Amino acid sequence: MQAQLLNNLSNFYPEIAVFTTLLVCLILDVILNRKSIIVSFAAAIGLLISLYFLINQSGVKTRFFSDLLVIDGMGLFFKYIFVASTLLVILFFGVSKEIKNSVHKNEHITLMLGLTGGAFLMASAVNLLMMYLSLELASLSSYVLAGYSKRDKRSSEASMKYIIYGAASSGIMLFGITILYGFTGSLDLLKINQFISSANANNPAIIISIIMILAGIGYKISSVPFQFWTPDVYEGAPIPVGAFLSVTSSAAGMAMLIRFLLYTFVKVDANGTWAVIASIKWNEIIIVASIASMLLGNMVALWQSSIKRLLAYSSIAHTGYMLLGLTVLNQMGITAILIYFGAYLFMNLGAFYVVILISNKLKTDNIEDMAGIGFRAPVIGVAMAIFMFSLSGIPATVGFIGKFYIFSTLIKADMAWLALVAMINSVISLFFYVKVLKVMFFAKNRKSEYKITYSFSNYLILALFVIPVLFFGLYFTPLLKLAESSATMFGFK
Amino acid sequence: MPEYKILGLGILSWMIFLPILGMVITLLIPKSMTKSIKYISVFFTFLLVVLSVVLYINYDAAKAGINSFETLQFVERVSWIDVNLFGGIHIEYFVGLDGISITMIFLTAIVSFMGAIASFSVTKNEKGYYALYLFLVTGMLGVFCALDLFLFFIFWEVMLLPMYFLIGIWGGPRREYAAIKFFLYTLFGSVFILITIIALYFSSVDPQTKMHTFNLISLVKQSGSLLGGVGSNIRLLAFAALFIGFAIKVPVFPFHTWLPDAHVEAPTAISVILAGVLLKMGTYGILRISYPLFPDATMYFMYPMAILGMINIIYGALCAMAQTDFKKLIAYSSVSHMGYVLLGMASNTSIGINGAIFQMFNHGTITAVLFLMVGVIYDRAHTRGLNEFGGIANKMPKYFSVVIIAFFAALGLPGLSGFISEAFVFLGSFSNPVIRVIAIISTLGIVLNAAYLLWTLQRVFFGSLPEKWNSITDINGRELLSAVPLVIIIIFLGIYPSPFLHLISSSVNLLVNIVTGAGGMVIGN
Repeated sequence: MQAQLLNNLSNFYPEIAVFTTLLVCLILDVILNRKSIIVSFAAAIGLLISLYFLINQSGVKTRFFSDLLVIDGMGLFFKYIFVASTLLVILFFGVSKEIKNSVHKNEHITLMLGLTGGAFLMASAVNLLMMYLSLELASLSSYVLAGYSKRDKRSSEASMKYIIYGAASSGIMLFGITILYGFTGSLDLLKINQFISSANANNPAIIISIIMILAGIGYKISSVPFQFWTPDVYEGAPIPVGAFLSVTSSAAGMAMLIRFLLYTFVKVDANGTWAVIASIKWNEIIIVASIASMLLGNMVALWQSSIKRLLAYSSIAHTGYMLLGLTVLNQMGITAILIYFGAYLFMNLGAFYVVILISNKLKTDNIEDMAGIGFRAPVIGVAMAIFMFSLSGIPATVGFIGKFYIFSTLIKADMAWLALVAMINSVISLFFYVKVLKVMFFAKNRKSEYKITYSFSNYLILALFVIPVLFFGLYFTPLLKLAESSATMFGFK
Repeated sequence: MPEYKILGLGILSWMIFLPILGMVITLLIPKSMTKSIKYISVFFTFLLVVLSVVLYINYDAAKAGINSFETLQFVERVSWIDVNLFGGIHIEYFVGLDGISITMIFLTAIVSFMGAIASFSVTKNEKGYYALYLFLVTGMLGVFCALDLFLFFIFWEVMLLPMYFLIGIWGGPRREYAAIKFFLYTLFGSVFILITIIALYFSSVDPQTKMHTFNLISLVKQSGSLLGGVGSNIRLLAFAALFIGFAIKVPVFPFHTWLPDAHVEAPTAISVILAGVLLKMGTYGILRISYPLFPDATMYFMYPMAILGMINIIYGALCAMAQTDFKKLIAYSSVSHMGYVLLGMASNTSIGINGAIFQMFNHGTITAVLFLMVGVIYDRAHTRGLNEFGGIANKMPKYFSVVIIAFFAALGLPGLSGFISEAFVFLGSFSNPVIRVIAIISTLGIVLNAAYLLWTLQRVFFGSLPEKWNSITDINGRELLSAVPLVIIIIFLGIYPSPFLHLISSSVNLLVNIVTGAGGMVIGN
């Protein structure tokens, strides 16, 4: 009993590290009682310790804590993404004037770590109840983070909308969970799989429960039709929070979605091919959600005048591209999603970073007000050009690599029509990404022409994003190798 | 096979990446030193011309190269991405030249050099302009050299980025509209190219590594078995998809609507590059990729391609006749001349394709001179309205002499290079019984061409000079320098085209053999 507990705990070191860091930061915050860089430092060190434990876990495939959680390659990859994005967002919090001028002291660090911890759990959960609990843990932190700028009315409004929407979604998810539990008699995903395939049960109740659970997960990944909170929250929340949500929260939701769908509703037959069990065609639901997300995200982003809302709709569209990887029902699709997240991390955070820098000096997120930045701050303008082209999927940037592999998996699985739809969406998306560049480079600002300069550390952080986007766009072997080694899931070959 | 390596890097890689080196140097220079920036670009593009002369001297015209590794020249092949994922991903940096691409390299080098000299008229933000210009030259050279489909696609798309900014920042009044239209239109076409490339990748098996491959020469070698084998409808679909992607670039009617806007709004030197080089990439892509990979589909679509060529010729000429803007007129004449290329390609005969490639080169040089000349008069008069001029010939005699040579070359006057290429195109398409009637109808294009060109000559250069142009200066030394080398080439190739045709003939013969099945492939029709 004791040995089992120690064994379980030894598998849980990364999460323990994150939660311990959270407590340490909380205590430091109370002791110091002022804004201080020490708390950010402590958080970063704690995350690096957690990263060390994660690296030690590579190659491990096991279930622990009474089969509530699982460790495998895919979970590890997502946890690397969480750690990377949290570390980078700590830098954002340090740079952003919105955070510096807020009335709070260091709560954002603790809240952020709470979201990260919840994300870690979301990426490992293989039990319906654990899924729900980890989703709630991550969501609670993000509700508060969204309302961080207390004095700004938009921030409070964003937080309110987020809470109400999130509570409703997770309530529906819980209802779906109860239906599934009532029907199959177990909360464990693998046991549900066994029950459904042995009973060959194809019951409308199961489809309904899938859709309801998708309501909870879909809200986290901002997929249509659960995306309504995204533009308002991204617009109201401080920009670093928007950046954090777009990568970490999306990745956590996607990890949970992959686990839920693949563990519960996929059977692997003798020669390793996957198929949906009992003819429950959930992949068609995902196809519809994906096409709708791409279309809605890209079409509505065309009309936005606020760059934060534009990036929100763009992340809805990117969720659509990522969901395509789930529709092909093979290992290649999951690997393609992992590669896409690797690319998405750098290009999306990079774009948000440029928005932070511009908003620091211009105090606006209106695109028209950014006229002439291309010549007033050329380095920022060129960097934004690189990120915008990467988000749109132009070759020689890492965004193209991500999209390329998603399209390849679709074509290989004989779904070339879906690849065509996705590619045409990429072309449509170019229009609004380039609209930002058009305003930056082609328009003249009537209000002022003076040069804008940033400190050297700002440029250094910018290089952290630009260099991977360009380097991995041309030489992407490291990314592929990491995704390949991580695409192993517990229970699958 | 002798290795052409300088400092360990092959000559083609030097050619492709020298402009990047120039771009980096340009970015490091402070932007107040505009003279240095300009001369650096001129220097680097001049180096490209020198290297292309080296290529010409060392090129062995007897080697055909389309479907065999051994007869390709100046080959560099380095493994770039090698991952054991998705059944093995193996992408190579594979560049090489054969008869079809070497002429395009010459064209790119000389037109870029001329464009760099002509760019001296740009007066704001020269640093950004020349940096983007050199980046564009790299992209263009890369497209013509690349023999790995993934690499080809990267260069193809990368070229769009500097074009967007060059048109959008330094262009005319409607530059933003023209730039985004160009970008979106071309990107839409490349979607089809990408789908076909990926589909080809998954249906291919590299003989040595037993994995999928992007290598074009390997794909050509196994072209009979790609995408379901000869006779399957997927091959026809793939050819059509590739054709749409390339046709947007050519541009083929009805995908040509981006061209007038882009040409009119772009600055002079960029119009020169656009018309001189970028349009050729479409037809080059069809000859390089579609023809060797899908010979059965090529024969199947021969008639529709010829019809599209005919529509280009006649419709382009008719639209040109209706124009009152000088630049737009030349833009539509580009559409018309690219129709000759398409007609020659559709003939699938040796003479026809020889004529098509020659017409690609000639159109590049002739239209480059035409746009340079339009730029000259626009710099002085700040208008391009054809009805506002008259009697310029007496005021600007040196300018008139250059313009007249260019106009008559565009007409197809014997003695200038345009005649030979058009003649070969018609010879080829007449000799193909399937498209003979279309060729006969297309000869109407010659008359229409002459009509609008001569009418333009009359409107702009003859007649009486309006009062406001009394103080126009004649063409100056720099502008002459940017046009005269091209004029010399036009006259030289018009009288003695054999050096050019000698370069391409063995590759073209091999290509025609592959397409028409004399190379032993079964054609179903």
